[in-house]
Amino acid sequence: MLLGPSLAVSAILFSLGVAGVLLRRNVIIIFMCIELMLNAVNLTFIALAQQLGPDGQVIVFFVMAVAAAEAAVGLAIIIAIYRHKQTLDVQNINLLRG
Amino acid sequence: MTLVIFWLFAAVAIAAALMCITRRSAVASALWLVTTLFSLAGLFVLLDAQFIAALQVLVYAGAIMVLFLFVIMLLNLGRQTATDMRGWPGRLVALALGLLLVTELWVLSRVPVLAQIQLPAGTLRQVTEAHGVVSVISGPLFRTYLVPFEVTSMLLLAAIIGAVVLAKRRV
Repeated sequence: MLLGPSLAVSAILFSLGVAGVLLRRNVIIIFMCIELMLNAVNLTFIALAQQLGPDGQVIVFFVMAVAAAEAAVGLAIIIAIYRHKQTLDVQNINLLRG
Repeated sequence: MTLVIFWLFAAVAIAAALMCITRRSAVASALWLVTTLFSLAGLFVLLDAQFIAALQVLVYAGAIMVLFLFVIMLLNLGRQTATDMRGWPGRLVALALGLLLVTELWVLSRVPVLAQIQLPAGTLRQVTEAHGVVSVISGPLFRTYLVPFEVTSMLLLAAIIGAVVLAKRRV
């Protein structure tokens, strides 16, 4: 019953996350937009779990664990970059640019 | 009634996500993201995933966002004088790509789920009422998905060690 609306909301939230990653230059906000995309995908899993059985909810559990690990390591990397460069603007973090 | 509450939560989630990607200050962005995550927890309850909704509030809105705010505070990013949005070419590219993506996903969400793999309506709710909210998840988690579950614990251990090593002053 709520499957169609849920998938639509999830599509909008995911696109907002992508737009945020493309728009912003602050690496912490880019990171938060990635979390937003992960949550949009979680909403898709939960909505489909209602139709296809509870396995989708288990996958959401795993996504949350991976997101927690990703946040811990990513924020540690951000702190290391800030200590090294004194900036969080991705335009100034261009060591790998050719 | 359910549909009204659903769209209420959905509207709050989308509006807060929009605020999250447009605010200048990182703290404001983080707090709007917390609002989005709370509304998503409400949507999860409406979709018969009460346990995941509780986890969403505890793990995402609680732990992960506190970690974000902690790092923002640690790096002293509270007051941003200049905006960090890209210029107009970047904004137009982001708008075009975002609209393209939302159209694609919208069309995909119109594709009906195959009837052969679909459970009868209300099955998940019946299972939840029979076995309880937690056991709906813990059953498959500890039977079908036991190996991935153990691998997740290794992943978290690696993340803990990695975070400590990366954030240490001298490696």
